[in-house]
Amino acid sequence: MLRAGRHHSSATEELQIIPPSKLSVEGVSKSFRSASGNVLALDRVSLKVAEGEFVCLVGTSGCGKTTLLNIIAGLEKADSGAVLADGKPVTGPGRERLVMFQEPALFPWLDVFGNVLFGLKLKPNLTNEDRREVAKYYLELVGLSRFEHANIHELSGGMKQRVSLARALAPNPRVLLMDEPFAALDALTREQLYGDIQEIWKARRKTIVFVTHNVREAACLGDRVLLFSPHPGRIQEEFTVNLPRPRDINSVDLAAHATQITKALKSAGKAEAIAPK
Amino acid sequence: MKRFLLAAAFFAVLVLLWEAAYRAKIWSPVLLPSPSQVVTYLEGAAADGTLARATVITMRRLLIGYFIGLVVGLPLGLLTARWKLFGDTIGTLALGLQTLPSVCWVPLALLWFGQTEAAMLFVVVMGTLWSVIIATETGVRNVPPIYRRAALTMGSKRLHMWFKVILPAALPFIVSGMKQGWAFAWRSLMAAEIFVTILTGFGLGQLLHYGRELSAMEQVIGIMIVIVVIGLLADKIFFSPIERFLHRRWGTSQA
Repeated sequence: MLRAGRHHSSATEELQIIPPSKLSVEGVSKSFRSASGNVLALDRVSLKVAEGEFVCLVGTSGCGKTTLLNIIAGLEKADSGAVLADGKPVTGPGRERLVMFQEPALFPWLDVFGNVLFGLKLKPNLTNEDRREVAKYYLELVGLSRFEHANIHELSGGMKQRVSLARALAPNPRVLLMDEPFAALDALTREQLYGDIQEIWKARRKTIVFVTHNVREAACLGDRVLLFSPHPGRIQEEFTVNLPRPRDINSVDLAAHATQITKALKSAGKAEAIAPK
Repeated sequence: MKRFLLAAAFFAVLVLLWEAAYRAKIWSPVLLPSPSQVVTYLEGAAADGTLARATVITMRRLLIGYFIGLVVGLPLGLLTARWKLFGDTIGTLALGLQTLPSVCWVPLALLWFGQTEAAMLFVVVMGTLWSVIIATETGVRNVPPIYRRAALTMGSKRLHMWFKVILPAALPFIVSGMKQGWAFAWRSLMAAEIFVTILTGFGLGQLLHYGRELSAMEQVIGIMIVIVVIGLLADKIFFSPIERFLHRRWGTSQA
């Protein structure tokens, strides 16, 4: 029990890169009750995400992509179908699959450090020393070491999302689920974060499912882009983005991909406008 | 420093006006004693221990009753927020009884418990309890669902969720409920002490009452000042630091 330097080796262990998960969504359907009757948000959606793959789900708002993300996270239950993570069915939320939300869901009663520490404290078999060390590492990774003791309301929108990212990364999940995490940020901050997230993804090897309505963003970040069509939510088309990384959101090659996806997105919108609900 | 001096000057002027009114002899000195007479009374009461004894007795009733009110009220507030059944029953009851001025509990307390300490405690608990229940319930209901969801994904559940997420998130509401409960308890205890002589101890309210019986106006005013000072101290020493912390953390405006 009293091995010398035990806590040190344990924090190092905790920081080790662990193999990312593969995800498989199999025929997931989900409907909601609304004033105008039952709305089918997801209609037998199936998709596979390989270990360490970066997949973007793109679609207009209300197409069910966030619902799908919540189901993968285990925060919502599918009416039918299943989600498998490494072959095992997902039955509820768990720290193997952490979520980064659109609005920073940081806890205002804790400071920056306390927020990053939150998930770590729920991880057993770590000393508090280890936890602090790990939290420091991730704050450094997102470039916010200097703001350890800042209150949440003192941070800018971009900084808040960096803290959210550090908080999601800290318990070392195998999957990162991101729900339009940059939608509320200004363009300049966003571009910075595109660079950061690619670097971190490369460094920490996570499987990432990234929901967005921004086609360019999807083309910039994803290995694959899945296009959702609404009413009912379905995967309409799939694009592979084979550009070298790190990618620059303003590059011409990327624009070509984005244009192609946008065209498909628009035709989906038209089809919906013609077809009665 | 400048703020302090201005405030000090304000109170000095108040005392001077009072002294001037006394010297003008508009009212009989029996009805309006001079500031120095009040100070003399307070000195005497402090010297023979009357004041300290009464303060200790009153504060003991207040603190014990308040503590009971918090210990019972907080969990009841959580239950009413969590389960519909409790919300419909205890929640509605609390809402109703909170509108009842807490002085109204005094006659009932006397009939149930007689002229005892228990009657005093009961009144204080009734003053505290309903405010705390309602504030806790409101606080919990106003916790943004996204906090729960975020915590769920990180593996928080049940007790951990309650103590590390929901309660802290509801803290601003709970603290304002605690403050309101304190104010209600303090008022109702004074009313009870003035109404009723409890033989096991003379509190500040009883000193006030006997000041009236003896037509000792300097006693009445002196005790009133003591009561005001205690209220101020409770606010400055206990509630203000907590509120300052909440304002700083949450970034809400600091008035």
